[in-house]
Amino acid sequence: MSEPQSALPGRRAAGFATVAEAGLQGMITLRGDLASPVLAAAVQQATGCAMPGPRRIVQAGDRAAAWMSPDELLLILPHADAPGAATALQAALAGEHALVAEVSDARAMFAVTGDKAVQALAKLFPVDFAAMEPDEIRRSRMAQVAAALWQAAPGDWRIVCFRSVAAYAFGLLDNAVRPGSELTA
Amino acid sequence: MLILTCPHCGVTAEETELALGGEAHLKRYGPGDSDEQFEAYMFARKNPKGVHFERWRHAYGCGKWFIAARCTVTLEVFGTYPAQTARPPADLLAAIRAKRPSADLSDWDAATPEDAQ
Repeated sequence: MSEPQSALPGRRAAGFATVAEAGLQGMITLRGDLASPVLAAAVQQATGCAMPGPRRIVQAGDRAAAWMSPDELLLILPHADAPGAATALQAALAGEHALVAEVSDARAMFAVTGDKAVQALAKLFPVDFAAMEPDEIRRSRMAQVAAALWQAAPGDWRIVCFRSVAAYAFGLLDNAVRPGSELTA
Repeated sequence: MLILTCPHCGVTAEETELALGGEAHLKRYGPGDSDEQFEAYMFARKNPKGVHFERWRHAYGCGKWFIAARCTVTLEVFGTYPAQTARPPADLLAAIRAKRPSADLSDWDAATPEDAQ
């Protein structure tokens, strides 16, 4: 079988913050009734994470569960584990009104790191970063494409977008971190 | 710039993150409706100078539809509420009446949607 490839393998850009394509990342879209205990147990099983509250992301090691809308979660896990986890979720949710879709290869992920990373992101997202909580995931747009972002750790931002727009997204981030274009010193 | 709070996810989103869906609370009659009723549903739209109810979709966010009550003159936003309802919430109507006594809210004078027919 052919080797899986991420959208822009190994691409990096360094300026006043560092942008790196984050490599292969397993992602599963899960839609259903988020109040259902069966669904919560399935999420716990797949990611080791509790059910996130509205606009929150619960992270546990290399796995996470993120709240995407009132009936949708994004489960983040190692790329190799995603197909198996999707199958297990499907089985665990038999009889529930729910949908499981493995979307790992439909997405691209970037890491923007550094003390001033938020200044680069503030140029691209119509988001009030001052009001964002550390464990918040925000779906919004990055310039002209849909994207979601959250912090894996303080100053360590993760951005996911569609793989088809990965080159555009990387170009935006590369441009936004150019030295000398900081918003404040 | 119009800034609305999505009632589904609580995000305070600005206009470019949202998609406008036209006038809210349109009523489709039928089956067996008259041509006039269908025409009114299909084409007749309010264009008020003042309080207006609009459908919006949080297109770049949670993807859900909601309704915003706002003033077309001052861009004041009175409130937003989920779209899965046949009429605006009573407390929102009361707030609008208090702020804009002259606003035409006659569609919502009746106590229940059934009465409104």
